[in-house]
Amino acid sequence: MDLNSLTVASTVNAIRERQMTATALAEDFYRRIEAKDGEIHAFLTLSKERALAAATKVDALAAKGDPLPPLAGLPMAIKDVMVTRGLRTTAGSKILENYIPPYDCTAVARLEAAGVVMLGKTNCDEFAMGSSTENSAYGPVRNPRDKSRVPGGSSGGSAAAVAAGFAVASLGSDTGGSIRQPASFCGVVGLMPTYGRVSRYGLIAFASSLDHIGPFTRTVKDAALLLGIIAGRDPLDSTSADVPVPDYAAEIEKPVRGMKIGVPKEYFTEGMDAEVRTAVEDAIQLLAAKAGCEVVPISLPHTPYAIPSYYLVATAEASSNLARYDGVRYGHRSPKSSTLSEMYRRSRDEGFGPEVKRRIMLGTYALSAGYYDAYYLKAQKVRTLLTRDFEEAFAEVDAIITPTSPTPAFKIGEKVDDPLSMYLADIFTVTADLVGVPGMSIPCGNSREGLPIGMQIMAQHFDESTLFRLGHAYEQARAA
Amino acid sequence: MKVTEKDVLYVADLANLELTPEERTRMLRDLNSILEYVDRLNELDTDGVPPMAQVSDRYGVTEKKGTAKFEYAMRADELGECLDRKLALANAPDSDGAFFKVPKVIER
Repeated sequence: MDLNSLTVASTVNAIRERQMTATALAEDFYRRIEAKDGEIHAFLTLSKERALAAATKVDALAAKGDPLPPLAGLPMAIKDVMVTRGLRTTAGSKILENYIPPYDCTAVARLEAAGVVMLGKTNCDEFAMGSSTENSAYGPVRNPRDKSRVPGGSSGGSAAAVAAGFAVASLGSDTGGSIRQPASFCGVVGLMPTYGRVSRYGLIAFASSLDHIGPFTRTVKDAALLLGIIAGRDPLDSTSADVPVPDYAAEIEKPVRGMKIGVPKEYFTEGMDAEVRTAVEDAIQLLAAKAGCEVVPISLPHTPYAIPSYYLVATAEASSNLARYDGVRYGHRSPKSSTLSEMYRRSRDEGFGPEVKRRIMLGTYALSAGYYDAYYLKAQKVRTLLTRDFEEAFAEVDAIITPTSPTPAFKIGEKVDDPLSMYLADIFTVTADLVGVPGMSIPCGNSREGLPIGMQIMAQHFDESTLFRLGHAYEQARAA
Repeated sequence: MKVTEKDVLYVADLANLELTPEERTRMLRDLNSILEYVDRLNELDTDGVPPMAQVSDRYGVTEKKGTAKFEYAMRADELGECLDRKLALANAPDSDGAFFKVPKVIER
């Protein structure tokens, strides 16, 4: 049983056909995790009891010949920013080191109701703040494709888990690129759905207008299958959209002949890695030559202003969202405090890591009296300008293709001392978060050193179908 | 806009973070470096551009205006399931079984 070649569809079919049991499969994955995750550190917590209980349930249904839920027996890993009832959830932070949530994240609950076997919680940058998973309070994750390098971030553990064959698929979260960039660095598919497509209930909040939940998978079709299960209105999240969920997997084979692909010049800048440029340009040409797409040069002129806008909006929202970590009801409380004020200040200073503190400070500053207009309000106006760029582009094209990241995976330790250099790693991914459009990273080649390169496809709000159709067409064209 | 040590202390106070002296020095440097970069937003003329706080303000319901747009997100003001008290207190650093306990509040 080659754990590395399983897809969502092949796993679910094999269990339904009783070629293997969910229990045996889960045990196979745990053996592999125990043997090899010491070198990768993708997982923070394993949930064996819960996983084997779910697997047993599936196997009992299968033995009786009863109909199985759509993802019955599928082993998945979940980023540790999504709460799981009764199972430790840390958000990659010491401030929640022993936090046991009393409820489940909706996306996780929907997957488990569909029969998913949750293997464990994956490592991530603290509170999803980072682009390399080096900000985890529990130690970094190593890229399975090159262990001297980062897997990307903040969902590094979830991306690595799929790349290393520790799960068939996983869930991550994306606020500035945290699904797409690690997918690109690890050579897997990573989908960030439209903002509001998937409920954020139970996702530990970083920036409420920018956070998204989405899957890491080996194939585009797998991402379509998973989105179909987690997407849809949730009364527990007022920002979850009241938009019907199409049958994404059924539509995936629709031909893409004649689809217009926009290629924005601002994403193919001087000084970007030449191999990344070539790999993505080749991928676009393949879609034109083999799948009959039309390539249209476009411009997204406000792109250079996306990062500064993002680092004001996201940090401002984070400073508000992280105010709840005060040592009162849960999480770390400083033993060195005798007044309420000391308790707040010391618990937070002791529990938060340096990057989290940096962003809280920046966000608080941007919102403070006298600076709100110059910083936060200005950034929100730029957000409107970025949205207009996309609206104008989508009047001409059906999808936009860019590199996911300006470089392949960098070395562990390379950027830790320069926060600004780390922030610039998100340069191609942040715009989609600010504007709310869906984006997917698909592997499109390797560098000479064997490092994965990803291309990013973006589409209009709620048009994930276009992402899946184009991505699937690319996979087919490449395999042909 | 250059950040001073006084600003760092003020903002840390607002954010309820008790930074160590080393953290304060590092923070001064980092904040200035980031804010210098972020200043390029001023190259853009944003007069008359409405600010965008929330993507979903633009979703689907283009025919509706104001609060009508968000009707789908509303529910009746009825009591639903509440979190069991024992569960709610389960992660408390200090509790008497009924309340969360905290150090005394001192009047400043």
